[in-house]
Amino acid sequence: MAYTEEELKKELETKEYEYGFYTDIESDTLPKGLNEDIVIAISKKKEEPDWMTEWRLEAFRIWSEMEEPEWANVTYKKPDFQDISYYSAPNKKPKYNSLDEVDPELLDTFKRLGISLEEQKKLAGVAVDIVMDSVSVATTFKKTLAEKGIIFMSISEAIKEYPELVKKYIGTVVPQKDNFYAALNSAVFSDGSFCYIPKGVRCPMELSTYFRINQAGTGQFERTLVIADEGSYVSYLEGCTAPSRDENQLHAAVVELIALDNAEIKYSTVQNWFPGDKEGKGGVFNFVTKRGLCEKNAKISWTQVETGSAVTWKYPSCILKGDNSIGEFYSIAVTNNYQQADTGTKMIHLGKNTKSTIISKGISAGKSQNSYRGLVQVNSRAKNARNFSQCDSLLMGNECGAHTFPYIEAKNKTAQIEHEATTSKIGEDQIFYCNQRGIDTEKAIALIVNGFSKEVLNKLPMEFAVEAQKLLEISLEGSVG
Amino acid sequence: MDLKDKLISSFMMFENNVDIDSPVHDVRTEAMKNFELKGFPSKKQEAWKYTSLNNLQKVDFSIFPKEVNALDYKDVKKYFVNEIDTYKIVFVDGIYSSFLSETTHDGVDICLMSSALTKPMYKPVIDVYFNKIASKDDSLTTLNTAFSREGAYIYIPKNKMPKKPVEILHFATGNEATLMLQPRNLIIVEENAELQVIERHQSLTSNEVLTNSVTEIFAAKNAIIDYYKVQNNVGTASLIDNTYIDQKDKSVVKVHTFSFGGKLTRNNLNFYQNGEHIDSTMKGVTILGEKQHVDHHTLVHHIQPNCESHQDYKGIYGENSTGVFNGKIIVDKIAQKTNAFQQNNNILISDKATINTKPQLEIFADDVKCSHGCTIGQLDEEALFYLQSRGIPKKEARALLMYAFANNVLASVRIPELKTRINKLIAKKLGVNLGFDL
Repeated sequence: MAYTEEELKKELETKEYEYGFYTDIESDTLPKGLNEDIVIAISKKKEEPDWMTEWRLEAFRIWSEMEEPEWANVTYKKPDFQDISYYSAPNKKPKYNSLDEVDPELLDTFKRLGISLEEQKKLAGVAVDIVMDSVSVATTFKKTLAEKGIIFMSISEAIKEYPELVKKYIGTVVPQKDNFYAALNSAVFSDGSFCYIPKGVRCPMELSTYFRINQAGTGQFERTLVIADEGSYVSYLEGCTAPSRDENQLHAAVVELIALDNAEIKYSTVQNWFPGDKEGKGGVFNFVTKRGLCEKNAKISWTQVETGSAVTWKYPSCILKGDNSIGEFYSIAVTNNYQQADTGTKMIHLGKNTKSTIISKGISAGKSQNSYRGLVQVNSRAKNARNFSQCDSLLMGNECGAHTFPYIEAKNKTAQIEHEATTSKIGEDQIFYCNQRGIDTEKAIALIVNGFSKEVLNKLPMEFAVEAQKLLEISLEGSVG
Repeated sequence: MDLKDKLISSFMMFENNVDIDSPVHDVRTEAMKNFELKGFPSKKQEAWKYTSLNNLQKVDFSIFPKEVNALDYKDVKKYFVNEIDTYKIVFVDGIYSSFLSETTHDGVDICLMSSALTKPMYKPVIDVYFNKIASKDDSLTTLNTAFSREGAYIYIPKNKMPKKPVEILHFATGNEATLMLQPRNLIIVEENAELQVIERHQSLTSNEVLTNSVTEIFAAKNAIIDYYKVQNNVGTASLIDNTYIDQKDKSVVKVHTFSFGGKLTRNNLNFYQNGEHIDSTMKGVTILGEKQHVDHHTLVHHIQPNCESHQDYKGIYGENSTGVFNGKIIVDKIAQKTNAFQQNNNILISDKATINTKPQLEIFADDVKCSHGCTIGQLDEEALFYLQSRGIPKKEARALLMYAFANNVLASVRIPELKTRINKLIAKKLGVNLGFDL
């Protein structure tokens, strides 16, 4: 039976969000609204030291004077920041020593998500620090990591246990005043992950965190801080799925990476938050600030697979401060129905002999809008800087849009910068070629899309590739084999 | 008084000298309102992120030049493409110079905007075309519209082709200490007609000049237009060039921009493809030094299916110069089978030079082929070594390589004499004798 693109389109439209469900766990929620008292209350609830409370208040003051940015190529109903509850933590929260003690309902949630803790524990050495509604509930493999001197815990624990480390690095890459959402996050962040790899240590396993948005009407403000000390290596994974909800949910996370001399950080994300139904109702607003700082000979690599969220606004960036440092950005952004994505990266070349690579693949289907926005900046002292950028867009159907806004600024004559972008649809001749060889159209499209995104999928760590595949399937069901 | 206020108050004086009852004046009044509202663009606006007009606004430009200056042809001969015979529309300090010009009404109209705007016989054309494609929103364009009175008017009827190319020249004599010029050109090329235009702005002294020019070009079915902009002005002259081009079925329009001189140059080149099987080409060579600033903003709006656009801009930036390229391609939902290509290559030859480039695509149709490429790099060291090993001095070798870099833009120049001139300008700008005749 011939499978046409129209049929595929229809299938894509009717494909409901598979992972949409809602777990009823009692939450300890603060009243809606945002003012200094709420910020202080959040800080108190987390039993934070005074300097942290001050830091949050400073961020809040900055935020109150900022205006919400409008330059992104997305349209949405602005969230009412006074109608959001800024803190909710799962209840019954004594620290568990074994899985048996964990709330069975919560365990069930993870099972349905395909993240069984038992399995995770047994499987290929992935330590999972699960953040459910902002508070770390379970941390596994802490002992193994502790032997190596690696600190991997929730950021609120880290503030208590390693205040000097947190104090030294928090806000150094993404300062409170960086942008509207970063300031908001700095004021009210509820939890997140903290990771420190000591000098010369190669982290033996992939560190991963699963973020979920749960409680209705709760914004999620994660704060992640990863520090790789001199000569160390870490691969960090982050993945997200969220339950169906009619009300728009706001997510404004901040991720800071610090790679000291000769260190390497690999940060991979699979994001599949609820994108809204096929009428474009509901869905998560994802306004994230992610940035990494590279010292001498350091390397930061971002790999992003984005399939979810109603509105995405995200630019994982690298500041290549040290000489010979390397920044990489690999991304696939899939938008369907009424999704809007404005994503990209910034590569700021400050040091000598710095290199950066940008590979961005956008796939738009349905009535979605997919934008790439990138900045490559070579400073006057960045001798022999090298950049290669490639952003390709694939359009499926004639109601979607693909946009590219690359900014390239060079102030040094030794800079070598290349940028190329293409936009195309799946060629009829390509499908015909496959058909001719007995591959039906559905499989052919799968093949082509797979090939299109392969450069990026290949960059994902093995442990994550399976999940990425799964998420791509949901977004473009029928087109990825 | 800043420039904006001065312009607003000058408008009343301007009204004393034009027919305020004509429908054209309603257009001017409307445009003035928009300018009053918007004022000069600031760096906060995305389109002006890299180009600041602040310094220009501080200059007390004189808006109406006091007296006509007669120029001797022999003094300005070198600014014409004098090897060939051309029609000439020449303005001295914004005022038409009949002495230097050569216009015609023989089958085609190559004459003045001032007569087209006032004489009844042109009214049907003005009603249909004047201010129809130019932006009614962009503040600088509307500023020009408000003061629109003089410029070139070219009308080529169906199946006609003028015998020779048309040169549009604007001289600034320096009689005024500072001068602001706002020429307004209207070019209409009807079905199957053809036209070649060379436009140039030239200051004869180092007195400060600001030109805010608007050109509207209409290419009907099967029309062919070649437009060459030569920007090699003195270092105290600034130019804001706004060009709007409306193309109908199967028309071919090529615009070449050669930017070698001037203090601040901003080119807003806009193509609107209102038909099928249209070909739009825009090419540019930019070679800058000193503290020069050139900003190329191009827009190609693919409104109908089956069209093509080609962009190729090369830039060589030395000393403290700054180059900006912002190319935007919009492909509408119904504009299927569009082929849009954009290329921007740059060489920085000084540590203090800056290039900012933003090749931008906005695509709403799925069956299209669109690509853009952009590079920033240096001369190939190995090629340089190769040439040196064959006894070519380093300076000449570098010039040869840079010449080669810009050459494929020149390849499509269809007036050989102009091509030779541009070649010489490039050689001069690079400061070398290539050792062979170009």
